[in-house]
Amino acid sequence: MNWKRKDLLGLQNLSAEEIKLILDTAVPMKEILGRAIKKVPALRGRTVVTLFYEPSTRTRTSFELAAKYLSADSVNISTATSSVVKGETLKDTARTLAAMGADVVILRHPMAGAPNLLARTIRAAVINAGDGAHEHPTQALLDMFTVREKKGELAGLNVAIIGDVLHSRVARSNIWGFTKMGARVRICGPATMIPPEIEATGVQVCTRIEEALDGADVVMMLRIQLERQQQGLFPSIREYARLFGLNRERLALARPGALVMHPGPMNRGVEISPEVADGINSVINEQVTNGVAVRMALLYLLGGGGIPDA
Amino acid sequence: MHKLLIKGGRVIDPQAGKMFAADILIVEGEIAAVGPGLEPGEGAVMDVAGKLVAPGLIDMHVHFREPGFEAKETIASGSRAAARGGFTAVACMPNTDPVADNRAVISYIKARAKEAGLVKVYPIGALTRGSRGEELTEMADLKEAGAVALSDDGRSVASAAVMRRAMQYARMVGLPVISHCEEPTLSAGGVMHEGYISTVLGLPGIPAAAEEIMVARDIILSEYTGCPLHIAHVSTAGSVRLIREAKARGVPVTAEVTPHHFTLTDRAVADYDTSTKVNPPLRTEEDVAALKEALADGTIDVIATDHAPHTLEEKDVEYQQAPFGLVGLETALGLVWTELVIPGVLSPVEAIRKLTVNPARILGLQEGVLKVGGDADITIIDPELTEVVDPATFASKGRNTPFAGRRLQGLPVATIVKGQVVYNRNLAMIS
Repeated sequence: MNWKRKDLLGLQNLSAEEIKLILDTAVPMKEILGRAIKKVPALRGRTVVTLFYEPSTRTRTSFELAAKYLSADSVNISTATSSVVKGETLKDTARTLAAMGADVVILRHPMAGAPNLLARTIRAAVINAGDGAHEHPTQALLDMFTVREKKGELAGLNVAIIGDVLHSRVARSNIWGFTKMGARVRICGPATMIPPEIEATGVQVCTRIEEALDGADVVMMLRIQLERQQQGLFPSIREYARLFGLNRERLALARPGALVMHPGPMNRGVEISPEVADGINSVINEQVTNGVAVRMALLYLLGGGGIPDA
Repeated sequence: MHKLLIKGGRVIDPQAGKMFAADILIVEGEIAAVGPGLEPGEGAVMDVAGKLVAPGLIDMHVHFREPGFEAKETIASGSRAAARGGFTAVACMPNTDPVADNRAVISYIKARAKEAGLVKVYPIGALTRGSRGEELTEMADLKEAGAVALSDDGRSVASAAVMRRAMQYARMVGLPVISHCEEPTLSAGGVMHEGYISTVLGLPGIPAAAEEIMVARDIILSEYTGCPLHIAHVSTAGSVRLIREAKARGVPVTAEVTPHHFTLTDRAVADYDTSTKVNPPLRTEEDVAALKEALADGTIDVIATDHAPHTLEEKDVEYQQAPFGLVGLETALGLVWTELVIPGVLSPVEAIRKLTVNPARILGLQEGVLKVGGDADITIIDPELTEVVDPATFASKGRNTPFAGRRLQGLPVATIVKGQVVYNRNLAMIS
């Protein structure tokens, strides 16, 4: 199949075929990353802008490297150094970028739906690099890519997502992505961090981590933001770690060879113990590498790489 | 002598609960006669064959934004929107800048409405100073200046103690209290209904419980103080249940629903359309069904718009940043007809009752009926006329409606205030 969408705003509206196309496209991209000279001319002459309204090192750098490896010209804009501090709206900023000839705009924004607004405003392709508690599709795609690489197949796997699901865009995108690809998803976390009616997305909600881990092929830990304790969402770090932290004993409940994943950055000793984070089940570092490959695939598909201008 | 004969229509008398063929003769702004075969003498004739002739519609919940936010709406532009929507009278909420918590602002609003000279504008005074929920306003003074009710609409009075005093005092003064029911610690940060859609969209939710807790509290305080309580913009099935039980017990409580709450669900928020961002938020299908049932069984007395205009720039932003509110005056009657009357939820007479006599009774107004000797405030409705909503044609400065492109049937074709035609769609006038 061919890619037909202008933007990538989330995985909710993507078909399994579209997800498969992205993952398949990422395979040769990863091969490029293994070369001594990591550069191909696929996007030469295209301009990619990363527009980040939230601080981020890994996602922004990952996109920037992906663009550079495909020979696109890339520009980073972070709000701390832009006209946003002068009160310019998102739409005006986007129009300015479009007027300067940006072909792809990658947006990270603290508010859900900001990429949708942007995509409606400009003709350039928009990639959602994380919007509020809505979606973080490229993270989920790199997670799926990593799992597929290790397990061969996504269909039929048991995936456990553990932590602050309420505020997690990573969790939402992974729920859509894995369930569309035929995996079974369980979520687990403090009752105050489970979003209402989440079962209707097709996941099973577990209140005990042991239940979520039982027979899991993939264990995905979410970052816990320590300020949530001040908001009264859980009583203490200690109790959180005791009830929902992943350690070696608990990991033993999962299937042998279960993959341990984390979108980073980790709170070691809180949501994940150091020996598990660095243990043989952990694919956390590979997630980072695969992130570049998946983002190259997306830039290639959305940036019109290799396809003559219409 | 100024005369106008409304000829050939079917008159709706919501008080008597009847609809009958009759002409209405207006002389010097008052209704002179209602009956068959009237003659105008030397006056003008409005041919309304095939149309319905109702008492002038009353919207007891609008935001006209003046003073303070004239870029959103002025009393003049709001009055034009009201006239175009078939409303002959509106009651405007006090959350202006400055807040209508003193005689000067109430008098200013009345003066501006008189200058606009279209529809009747009845100011609602603030319940507490600055609507801050702390100190009571000078309610007697507000009443003397012309306030018809008291409300801190836009927010709840968080303190139960302040609310209790306010209701005790308002009862003494003889003004109803209109309550915006929202428990602020539960709704804090929320931008839409909390449920499946908010989960999927990743937007912070406002649970139904935030409304229902305050409805329950205010009903208890109304029962305790004896103060008439009107619950604004009811949006949940749980609120309906509480109001129904309270009415059955004899608590002096009344309630209103907006056209958007009985028409749309939170599914309309998909794709982050900021014209769907309202407070209280659009709820679920079950809630909409409960609201319709409550309209049909009389638990909900009034249909009011909560007309809340904002500028295009304010709404054309990220969903979480946009202000709450949508414009309702010019789509209200069409939504009532399309969503309630045509499907049989309400009869035409019942629908008109909730837009006329019921709000008039709650606010203590003389309007809302067609009686000889009363002001000739009349709305002519074409029940067959259909139109696709086009915000560009609105008389309101606000364009923030989620109903753009929706086909509505049953529209106002003329609005008459004290015998003056303030809106005429295309009815023939024969002199």
